[in-house]
Order: sequence, then C-alpha cells, then structure tokens
Amino acid sequence: MKQKAENYVSVDFPSRSSNEGFARTVAACFAAQLDPTLDEINDIKTAVSEAVTNAIVHAYPDTIGKVSMKLRLYQDNSVEIVVRDWGVGIPDVEQARQPMYTTGGEERAGMGFTIMESFMDTLRLRSTPGKGTIVTMRRRIFRRTGVR
Amino acid sequence: MAVSCISDSRELSAVLTGELDHHSAKQVMEELDRRMERELPRRLTIDMGGVTFMDSSGIAVVLRAHRRMAQLQGSVTVTNVPQQAKRVFQAAGLHRIITFL
Repeated sequence: MKQKAENYVSVDFPSRSSNEGFARTVAACFAAQLDPTLDEINDIKTAVSEAVTNAIVHAYPDTIGKVSMKLRLYQDNSVEIVVRDWGVGIPDVEQARQPMYTTGGEERAGMGFTIMESFMDTLRLRSTPGKGTIVTMRRRIFRRTGVR
Repeated sequence: MAVSCISDSRELSAVLTGELDHHSAKQVMEELDRRMERELPRRLTIDMGGVTFMDSSGIAVVLRAHRRMAQLQGSVTVTNVPQQAKRVFQAAGLHRIITFL
C-alpha cells in the first residue's frame, strides 16, 4: 500500500544551470525537518544536484524546458525526491546507469547515477524517448536518540 | 566558484573556492586549461580546501586536468579535500588514478 506523505513540497523551474544550487538548497531545507546529520543532508544535496543536472544537461540539449522537483516526507523518517522533465528521454536506461557512461562529452564524468545510487537508499529511473524522464530517490534518515 | 592560480618553477597550484557543480565547472576547466597551456607545468596541485559543495562535475574537472597533465608528461595532486567532496570522489573510485593528499 502506498504510504501517505506527512509533508510535501513541489517546485518547478526552467532548465537553467543557475537553478542547480537552488534545487539542492530547497531539498536540504525541506529534508532538515527530519533532523538529519550533516553527512545525511550533504548526501541528499549531492543526489539532487546530480538528478537536476541530468535534466538540465541531457533532457533539453538545445532549449530551455521545465524541470519539476517534488519532495515528500514519510512517517518512517524518510524523504522521497522526484525529479521530472519533459525532455528528449533516455533510449537505454540500463546503459545510462553504467559508471562512466555519458553523452555529455569531456565536461561530464558519467557518474551521476552511480552517485545517486551510492548516496540514496533507493533509485528508480523511468524514461520514455520523446516524452521525458522521472527519477525517484528515497533516503531514510537515522533517528537519533533523544530527538523527536 | 573562484579559481586562483600560482605558478613557480613549472609547478602550478590552483586554489578552488565555493560550490563546484555543473554551473561552475566549465569556468574552472577553462581557467585550468588556460593556465596549463601557458605555464606547461610538470606538476599541478588542485587545492580544494575552500570547496563548500561538489557533485560529479568536480570529478570531470579533475579527470580533465589529469588527461591534460598526462599529455604534458606531468602529474596532478588534489589536496585538502573536504568530507562531502571526498565521499563523491570515493563513490567514483577516483583514488585509484589520482593522488589525494
């Protein structure tokens, strides 16, 4: 059964690289309600930066399009982050998830999905060529004794 | 993101300050390329002590510098890596090809 979110926020922004910092700051501020450690919040910021950068670099290669980020907090002290675009899509999602694979040239390392997988508990990637991509990530925040 | 470079006896030191993401990485790469072409260093040190955030764009910056320095038969050393950036480098396994001090 699908869990009900205790709190949520949604932001839409154009695929401009100047919004990468904005998106990860929004995610960090919202996830702060779960009382994460500095390492946990940095992991979330890093994963969000990767997902949003992918949308900005790959989804809309020759134009500016819409990127949406939804964040939900659940009772089990986890945060779910969904980054969605309506861009060109990924023809082969398994290939895209391979370390060092990139279509972004020398300016990209091809490590975005590897880092998202390493820093979050779960990562789901759905993409339809010509329609867009949805990245869903979830991370449970450790409850510290004596807090909440 | 700010990049300041000092060179001495074909040793180039680059000090990075601020957030290193895709938005800022291009500027960092261009500045490093420009200085490497001009100085032709034997050794490049990238000091990351002032980096407040880094994603995989930082990996691309370091790998590009590594490739350029290999063409010059030189080497790259990365120093003072903050904890958050260290986790990104570790996830990518970069310690296998780059010297971190």
